[in-house]
Amino acid sequence: MNKINSIRKDWSLIETLIAEDRKILDIGCGDGGLMEQLENNRNAITHGIELNRDLAANAIARGFNVVHGNAELDLSQYSNNSFDYVILSQTLQAMMKPKDILSELLRIGSKAIVSFPNFGHWKIRLQLLISGKMPVTESLPYTWYDTPNIHFFTIKDFLNLCNEMNIVIEKSIGLTSKGKQFDISESITGVNFFTHEAIFLLSYKNFEPIKIKSSKKVFAKNSVIAN
Amino acid sequence: MKTKFTTDTKLESEIAYFENINLKLESGDIIDSFKLAFKTYGKLNADKTNAILVCHALTGDQYVAGNNPITGREGWWSRMVGPNKPIDTNKFFVICSNVLGGCAGSTGPKELQNRSDVAYGGNFPSVTIKDMVKAQSLLIESLNIEKLFSVIGGSMGAMQALQWAIDFPEKILNIIHIAGALKHSAQNIAFHEVGRQAIMSDPIWKNGKYFENNEVPERGLSVARMIAHITYLSENAMHRKFGRKLQSRDIISFGFDADFQVESYLRYQGKSFVERFDANSYLYLTRAMDYFDHDETFRKNIEFSHNPNNHLKYLIVSFTSDWLFPTIESKMIVNQLNSLSREVSFLEIDTDKGHDSFLLEEPQLDDVIKGFLTNNFAKIDE
Repeated sequence: MNKINSIRKDWSLIETLIAEDRKILDIGCGDGGLMEQLENNRNAITHGIELNRDLAANAIARGFNVVHGNAELDLSQYSNNSFDYVILSQTLQAMMKPKDILSELLRIGSKAIVSFPNFGHWKIRLQLLISGKMPVTESLPYTWYDTPNIHFFTIKDFLNLCNEMNIVIEKSIGLTSKGKQFDISESITGVNFFTHEAIFLLSYKNFEPIKIKSSKKVFAKNSVIAN
Repeated sequence: MKTKFTTDTKLESEIAYFENINLKLESGDIIDSFKLAFKTYGKLNADKTNAILVCHALTGDQYVAGNNPITGREGWWSRMVGPNKPIDTNKFFVICSNVLGGCAGSTGPKELQNRSDVAYGGNFPSVTIKDMVKAQSLLIESLNIEKLFSVIGGSMGAMQALQWAIDFPEKILNIIHIAGALKHSAQNIAFHEVGRQAIMSDPIWKNGKYFENNEVPERGLSVARMIAHITYLSENAMHRKFGRKLQSRDIISFGFDADFQVESYLRYQGKSFVERFDANSYLYLTRAMDYFDHDETFRKNIEFSHNPNNHLKYLIVSFTSDWLFPTIESKMIVNQLNSLSREVSFLEIDTDKGHDSFLLEEPQLDDVIKGFLTNNFAKIDE
């Protein structure tokens, strides 16, 4: 799969994870391609952040709500739970602090969608094993000294991190290098070996809210204010 | 409210008269009648959905495009507004009015006080950005336009656009806010104060009564303009434009002539400004900018004045080399809007042209404004 096809495939899978009429923040939204797709097919209300000036300008000129900025600095300005979904497509490996970003995604959004190339794929393992050099592949096409991808990780690493952070994996989709799609959670053996790219739908563990004894009247009042 | 409209042939401008209106200003003063000089471009469509208000900056006027009869030159934003331009007058009905307190036909210090034959001069009440916007809203109302598609402005124009979003969110669909801020900074107030002191220490100023002898405090006003002009440029742009190049000479004069091109340029800027701008107006309008401050109040204003169904869109633009209204000031607005989940777009354009970039050739600004207007207009037109 070439890069463009792989992104398109990524987007169409992301779309399957998203319900209708939701509010979405796309981090690293480029010129708004995914936002457009989700507005058209899911009737979504979309917002985006894009680091690249020209891409951000294009997205704004196409009529999308896009803030030219750096997700690692600017996510803190969004309020808790202000989006239904926050999407980070194929950029977690390029973040300075992936763990902080992950917790920010789930602070801002009720759910997060994260996709990334799996560094545990057999081709990558084989390249490193045989050539003894840092792997260069279709989904990770950069040499080690000028790659934007500064944090390589595998599906196993990601699952461990989610576990550590009390993040629930609601859905997970794997893609082989040929573009064949499967459910990661249902194919345990060899998943880290064959998955070329992975897409996860994440949320925090649902804690039972603490119930406070109160008269209904007060609740009714509060709900009016909240609306 | 009945508004009288006339055309001033000398000014080549429409004039709207608001009589016995008792406009209460933020200072508490009341102007019982006032007039606004304005220009329109393009045609209002049948549904009246295509009106755009352009707000001018400190020394701007209603002549956005076409000929400006005061300067004899093209309008100040003629590269942005016109047929097939980014703000396309084939598609949009563009309105621009000279601000309250201005000097291009609207009520201001150089105009006659009501029911008298004496100009206001220093007796003109202090006006604020909020007052200017209030006056504009009355003009829009009297043109029978319920809702503006967009309010657009740079610098002091951006302040007005933001004020529209705060005071009349229900009357607009979006704002384009260029090179502005939530507040006028201490440094900006300081520069304005130097400019005002230059005017007021000119012996011809005479407490604002220079017009009684048909005089103009030219020296003070031109110095004020020279100082201000420096703040509109960047060091890189000045270096690129002038460097240390000498003006009409091969060697330095060892005197105080305009040896350097940059001096000659500033003197020219000062001189030509005096011919078109009123010194008292300059005092009042710089003061209005100084008083602009939504630093503490913006968030609450936006949060509580907008109902959740209000889909007001914001486009905030800044320039990398603008040190008068730096990007950080724009980002504060974006930050607050994002924290309230408003529909905001933000772009910092890379240029060395400084604060004045919004008036100059900046293709990315053109593209973004054109696209933002066209695509968002298509959405409401559906």
